[in-house]
Order: sequence, then C-alpha cells, then structure tokens
Amino acid sequence: MAIDTRESVSAEHSGHTAPPVRPTRRRPGWLGPHLGRALVGAVGGYAFGHWIGNVIGSGYINVQGSGQNDVAIVLGLSIGVVGWLAGAGMLDYPLAKIAGREPLPPAPSKSWTRYLGPALDHKVIGLQYTVVVLLFFFTGGLLAMAIRTELLNPTSHVFGPGTYISVVSEHGTIMMMMASSIVIGPLGNWLVPLMIGSRRMAFPRVESFSLWIFAAGYLVILAALPLGGFPTGWTGYAPLQTQATGGMDAYLVGFAVIGIGMICAGFNLLATIINYRAPGMTWSRVPIFVWSVLATAALLTLATPTLVAAGLFGVLDRTAQTAFFVNEHGGSSYLWENLFWFFGHPEVYIMALPGFGIVAEIFPVFTRKPLFGYRIAAAGMIGVALLSFFVWQHHIFQSGINPDMRPLFMLTTELISIPTGFIFLNTMGTLWKAKIRYEVPMLFALAMGFNFLIGGISGVFLSDVPVNVTVHGSFFVLAHFHYTIMGGLVFAFFGGLYYWLPKMTGKMMDRRLGKWHFWAMFIFFNLTFLPLFLVGLLGQPRRVFEYAQNLQTLNDVSSVSAFFLGASFLIFVFNFVKSIFLEPKPAPPNPWNSLGLEWQTPTPVPAYNFARIPVVLADPYHYGTSDGQAVADLGPRTLSLAGVVAPAAGALDAQAVTGEEGSADPRPPIA
Amino acid sequence: MNGGGETHHFRRLGVIWAVLAVAFDLVYYFAIGPHVPPGTLTSTASGAQFDFNILFLVAFPVMAAVWVYWAYALIVWRGSKSDLAEPEGGPKSRGHLGIQVGWIATTTVIVLGVFVFGTVELIVPAGAGGGEGPSPIWTPTSHEVLPIQVIGQQWQFTYRYPTFGGFESRQLMVPAGTTIAFHVTSLDVIHSFWAYQLGVKADANPSVDNVAYTTTKQPGAFTVRCGELCGLWHGAMYNFGKVVPKAQFFVWAQSTEHRSAANTKNLPPFAYTYVPDANGANGGYYPDNVDPYSKVETYGATSPGK
Ligand code: HEM
Ligand SMILES: [Cu+2]
Ligand SMILES: [Cu+2]
Repeated sequence: MAIDTRESVSAEHSGHTAPPVRPTRRRPGWLGPHLGRALVGAVGGYAFGHWIGNVIGSGYINVQGSGQNDVAIVLGLSIGVVGWLAGAGMLDYPLAKIAGREPLPPAPSKSWTRYLGPALDHKVIGLQYTVVVLLFFFTGGLLAMAIRTELLNPTSHVFGPGTYISVVSEHGTIMMMMASSIVIGPLGNWLVPLMIGSRRMAFPRVESFSLWIFAAGYLVILAALPLGGFPTGWTGYAPLQTQATGGMDAYLVGFAVIGIGMICAGFNLLATIINYRAPGMTWSRVPIFVWSVLATAALLTLATPTLVAAGLFGVLDRTAQTAFFVNEHGGSSYLWENLFWFFGHPEVYIMALPGFGIVAEIFPVFTRKPLFGYRIAAAGMIGVALLSFFVWQHHIFQSGINPDMRPLFMLTTELISIPTGFIFLNTMGTLWKAKIRYEVPMLFALAMGFNFLIGGISGVFLSDVPVNVTVHGSFFVLAHFHYTIMGGLVFAFFGGLYYWLPKMTGKMMDRRLGKWHFWAMFIFFNLTFLPLFLVGLLGQPRRVFEYAQNLQTLNDVSSVSAFFLGASFLIFVFNFVKSIFLEPKPAPPNPWNSLGLEWQTPTPVPAYNFARIPVVLADPYHYGTSDGQAVADLGPRTLSLAGVVAPAAGALDAQAVTGEEGSADPRPPIA
Repeated sequence: MNGGGETHHFRRLGVIWAVLAVAFDLVYYFAIGPHVPPGTLTSTASGAQFDFNILFLVAFPVMAAVWVYWAYALIVWRGSKSDLAEPEGGPKSRGHLGIQVGWIATTTVIVLGVFVFGTVELIVPAGAGGGEGPSPIWTPTSHEVLPIQVIGQQWQFTYRYPTFGGFESRQLMVPAGTTIAFHVTSLDVIHSFWAYQLGVKADANPSVDNVAYTTTKQPGAFTVRCGELCGLWHGAMYNFGKVVPKAQFFVWAQSTEHRSAANTKNLPPFAYTYVPDANGANGGYYPDNVDPYSKVETYGATSPGK
C-alpha cells in the first residue's frame, strides 16, 4: 500500500510529459461560478425541464384531465438541479477535460467571497456545509413550531388538514436530510484531514460536488411546498405516494439528489481515511471521531443507493405509470417499505455514530484522562454499522409481511444495543476519578449521554414485538427518535461546534451565552419530548391533527416547551453573530489544551494544513502521563524518520516527508 | 488509580444504586404497573401491559446504574480551579479487561433474556395482537374463533361479519370472552387498524389479508384509530367500539343482519381482499389454496351465483 503524502500529483509535478493542452480562459469574477449563477441555472433549468415535460406529457388523457403533469415537474426539478450544479461550476472540470483542455485551478483568493463559489479547500467546504446545514436545521425547526402550534388544541385547528400534513412531512423530511449530513458535512470535511495529518481530502472536487448537490436538495425539498406539499410523512409510503400530488415529486427527486450527495460524501471520506493518513497514523492511533466517520461513511456509501433506486421506482410509478408499488398490478406496497427501511435503518445509525464520535472526542479533553476502552469504542462503531443492515424490518412488524421473521428482527435489533451501549462504557470509564471541567462542549457531551440513554432504552421497548403492537405508529416512537436524533446527534453536534469553532473560525464563542444556550436547550428539550412518551402510550398516533381531549394538558406542556426550545437557538445565533462577527475574540491555537492533532496547527489553519506532513507518534489521548510525549512531530527530519517511525513507515513517501520538496510550498494544495 | 479508594467508591455506588432501583421497581410494580396502557380488556392488551411492565422493571435498574454513576462522578470528580494537577492517566486508565468483559457479558445476558422473553410472549398468545399476514403461523388454540373483517379506506374503517351473512357495519361490536380473528384489508392506500384498548394493531394493505388475533375478556369500550398515515384526513380516521356480553352481541348481530339484508345484497360478496374485480382477475391475492367463496373459508358466507 502506498500512501501519497504529497498534496497533489498533477502531470508536470510528477514529471510525466503531458500532451500539450489548450489552457482555459479565466472568466471575469462575476461570470465565474458562484451562488448567484447557480440560482440562475436552477431557475433556468427548471423552466426548461418543465417545458419539455409538458411537450412530452400533453398528449396523455390522464395528464390533460388532472391539471398536473408529473413528467414536467420531475424533469423541471432534475434539470433544475443540473442547472444549479452547472452554475456552481461543478461541470467545468469534467467538461473541459472532455473538450481536451487543461482546466485552470480556481484563482487563489483570501476574500470572503470564496465561500460563495466552488472550493477545493476542505476547510472552506466544511464551513459552507455548516451554513447549509444550519439553514436546513432552522427551516425544519420553524416547521416544528408550526406543528406544535396546531397540537395546542385537540379539536380546533390552525391549519387545514392538507396544510398540516404537508408541514409535518416537510419538517420530517428536511430534518432527516439535514441529519444525514449534519456532522459528516461540516465537521467531517473540516476535521478529518487535519485529524489524520493530511493536506486535503482524497477527491476535493467530489467533496465540493457533494456540498453543492446537498444544497440543491434543500431547494428541491423546499419546492415541495409551492408544488402543493406531500401527504406521506418522511417515510413516503406507497400507494399513498403514487396517489399524491405534485409535491411528492419534489420529495422523490429531493431524496435522490440528497442521496447522491450522501454517497459522494461517503466514499470520499472512506478513501481519505483509508489512504491519506500521515505516516505513523496507524489504525490504533486514529482519533475515535475518525473511526465514527469511517463507520458512517461506509453506511452512507452502501445504504444510500437503495434509497436512490427506490426513489427512481417511485418516480416511474408516478410518471411512466409503471406499477412497482401497486399491488393490484403485480407490484407490492411492501416493496417500498422494505427498500425504504433497508436504507432507513442504516440511516438511523448514520444519525447516531458521528454523535458518539464527537462525545468520545470531547470527554478525554475535559476530564484530562485517556479515552477508556479505545478499541472497544472503535469495534463498537464497526459492529453497529454492520448490524444496522440486518434490522430494517423492525419498522414493519405489524405490516403482515413475513410474520415468522419477527423474532429474528427482534433479536438483531436488541443485539445492536450491545455495541451501541459501548459508548456508555467508554464515557463512564473515562469519568472514573477524572478532573471534570464543565466547559460548554463538555456540558453538551454529558447531555447527549443523558438523552441518548432514554432514547436507546425506549428503543428496546419498541423492538419487543408485543409492546410494539401498542406503541408502533404512536407518539412513543416520535419521542424515541427525537431523543436519539435531537437529544443525541444534535446535542453532540452543538457540543462539537462549541468545541471546534475556535479552530474553524479563529474566534472564541462566548462562554456565558454558551451555557445559557445549553441549559435552555437541555431543559426544554426534555420538557418537550418526555411528555410525548406518555402521550404515545396513552394512544395518540403520529401525524394526526385531532387527539383525545384528556391528552391536551400533556400536549400543551410539550408545545409551550417546544417554543422555548426553539427560542434557545436564538441564543446560539446571537452568540455566533456576536462572537464571530461583532466583537470577535481571537482564539488561541489550542484553547482547550487538547492533544488532538488538529489542535497542534496554527490558527487560522493555513491552506495546506501542515507545513510538513507530520509524523504521528502516539494517539491523542495521552492525558495524565508525565512523560510529556508529543502526539506528532510536525517538522519531521530524516532523523525522526529513521528512528521513530521507521517500523511503521513502509507506507511513506520519504521525499515528501523529509520536506525536500514542496513542504512549505505556499501553493494551494490542489492544482 | 490509587488502590484503596477503589472499593470504597464501588461500595458507595452499589448501595445507592441498589436502594434506588429496588425502591423504584417496587413502587412501579404495585402503584404504576396495573394502570399501564393498553389496559386489560383483552388477552393481548394484558399481554402488552405485562410485557411493558417487565421491560420497565429491567430497564429502570439499568438506567439507574448509569445515572447514579454519572451523578456521583460529576459531583465527586469535578475539577477545581485551584488544583491544576492532572488526574492519573497511563495504561491503567485506558481500559480494564475485567470491567470490559463484565460489561459485555452483562449487557449480552440482559439482551438475550429480553429477546427470549419477547419471543415467548409473541408466540404463545398467537402473535400478541399484531398483524400476522395472510397465512398466520401462530394461531389461537380456541376452536370458536369469530372472524371479523376490517376494511380500511380513505378515511374510515368499516367492519364485515362473514358469519352473519357478511353484513357491513360502521360500528365495531365484539362479544366478551371470545377469541376473534381480525382480517384487515384496505381498498386504497395503507392504513393500520389500531384497536387501542384491545391490544391489536395490523396494517391494512390493499389486496392483502392481514390477520390478527385477540381474546376479549370483560365488556368495555374501546377506540379504533388509524395507525398509518393515509393522507389528508388520517387524523380524523377513528371510531369507537364496544365489547358487550355474548348474548347482547348475538342480538345486535342478528338484528343488524336482517336490517341491512337489502344493503348486503348490493355489496361485493365477502372475500378476504377486494380488488377492482372481485374475482381477483386483475391480480387479486388470496392466501394459498383458498377459494374466496368456499364455504369453509368464508365462514358460511354465500356468494352470488352459487
Ligand atoms: C425543535 C425541535 C423539534 C420539535 C419541537 C419537533 C417536533 C416534532 C413534531 C411535533 C412532529 C410531528 C408529530 C406527528 O407525527 O404528529 C415531528 C415529526 C418529526 N420530526 Fe421533529 N421536532 C424537532 C426537531 C427534530 C429534529 C432535530 C429531527 C431530526 C433530525 C426531527 C425529525 C422528525 C421526523 C423524522 C419526524 C417525523 C415526520 C413524519 O412523521 O414523517 N425533528 N417533530
Ligand atoms: Cu430501524
Ligand atoms: Cu390513516
């Protein structure tokens, strides 16, 4: 195995004689690829696709009679996405290559406008992802407030039934799309290369592509609302799906678009982690967050294609009148359920594992102790990832399919709680005789443990088939998955933001505001969702706008708390704006005194991350030992090469490591 | 880790945990458990209640173990501003074979126990009230099973009683002390028949006959809600039913059969599933080897033309 530790292998760099190529002309800035051009491309693409769709579909009676042409909507959305990507410059490189030109690298830029266009620096892309993810999250949050407003009263209504069900579906779908990338996108892209001692991701252009197509998914799923919304919830069950109006097309296309982004992000991270580790970064030294990203990336790459395929079937059923999901015509309504959950359950762990990784990363720093049971933590994550492919039918226990399979899926589901539980072993072991520092990131990490315990244990109740008869499809399920996703992943994500933002932005977040945010979010989160377990157990189904009179008190407690929970994010936004833009307080390079490799870099992190490729000497958890061992040698010479890492160094490119060439090279890392 | 402190921490933690777990479990068992939904109107409802309670009695000590430990750690091992010395690290705090093996063994035993318990509780009560599909493998031992068909459509449930001429009713009446087979199907999209207090839930798929069993005990009232999102008015898709004494049920059923005889003639003949063509010619689906109009399988219902 050869690890290429140099930043790039362009033709002239590696000494091959490349055939003469015509250089591309550089356009003036405003014509070049950026957000504005992407929006124009999206609108133009939509109009064009819609027109073609109408030309194709206008001859059919069912189209003429319905006043709605699904072909036009699907083509409009799909070509709109292509237009968006073209506008963002995602097609420039492949098109130039096809045309036989040598594409120019983007002009190096220090201006903030580089955040509005295609980037090749994983740190720029990471921050772009952060913004998009937060946009997703706050949009979904506003919709959640709307849901809770409707549920204030059991019988009198704020919304009509169609609007209400669209709001619920839109909230769920937006949140699930967002949660699939909330950690992987911002923190995974920003941190993984730094944590493994690399100067870049394996495929920077694919990385940029995954971001822009993720953002396109946001626009597509938003488009569902003006297209009439969709009535199926985030699960999109057929045949309701086949029957629904225009917004359903946005759901199907949107999930496929997001899915493509997830696959790209996934295999890029896989390739990076496997191939771009610095010398000495052996598998037993890889930070635990990277392990969690590795497991998640594997799930993203392997599970998501099922979703894309299922979405395609759905689109065909709705446009070309195929019958994949129509029982009466030889298809099966169970097919969608199976395909969806075959993706959907791994997706559930896509939304859990990165949170474990963050928490396991934060604990050692703020307890000043090594991570307890590192191997078990890593093994647990891989175990969860593997097992998560074998549990999907626990979502359809009562559907009538394969009744004899129920004990098996009950077993696998309960088994997966064993490796999942390892995160508690790790955190509890790390707390033993520690010196706990209650900084904001640590508070979020602790809260994640508290919430996830409730979420996880309630999951065992759900997996028990007899109990499932009562709680399936009720608010009990809803409370369960909000405890794991919102209480687990989202808490971990905000902990991670407070922890890493000083490195990412070079500014310290305000500690007092951070604590206010934390306590408000923690208390009101629990007040919102704890009553919902009871509401579900008392018989309130999900996705309804009418419920029994005697459940009003509990619902109102939940709703009012939800408004405060929503407000708690205003504290975060205020803190963010104040600390980063209004009264910036420069952050020291390593404010938490962490041993992580990412913290050993200067702030702001230079474009090429490391002046020289570091040689890793130890894992980043050497807290509490007096030998003062460094984590990595950041300016390795031949000496250290020969002495320290030689045993593990079969894999390195000596020239790059010794820095003979290009080590302090200020060129942007990707040519 | 400095040896002496170890046992002392463990002992304290153990005592706090044991007291808390036992006290709460006792309170739960006697004060809360008997009131847990879905109540005791049927065998499967009591079964669900019993299972939920057992799981809770196991789960609470587990959660308490974690919470007690965390609370203890957060208080006892908090760092102070003045004391900057770091806690002892080193290989010993990176893992402990005994603790790790013990942890895995304990969680595995709990999980396998929960699994065996859940499986027994699923199989013995004939599917525990959940939908078992068109050909159930775990069936009730009783020889007197009353079949009732549940038909979901946007957005209401109706019920057909094949043993009473196949009349269709909007009201679900069930006799007390009787084993019932619910045959759940749909005419359009997926619904879910959730008879809350009966402890029954089975999805209604078009062209599929999904069977669920329960045995009623005493008379009482119950709610039926749709448990699977089925479109616009899913939230309004509910009605109320009654478990009544057997004699009363027969009076109701027979009088309804007579009253609605004219209506029943206009209905499609009773079948397990209804597709656009009642003969199933368009791909209708029937359980293996079943003629939908055969005497035995329709429980005596008659079909036109025979
Ligand atoms: C501000 C915090 C949030 C509140 C108050 C909230 C509240 C709700 C409510 C009331 C529902 C609808 C219940 C029903 O079925 O009638 C719902 C559904 C849902 N929520 Fe949230 N939510 C929040 C955050 C999140 C987050 C962070 C996620 C995931 C990342 C999420 C994922 C979902 C999903 C998947 C559904 C199901 C939608 C469906 O039925 O298809 N929510 N939420
Ligand atoms: Cu699942
Ligand atoms: Cu429904």
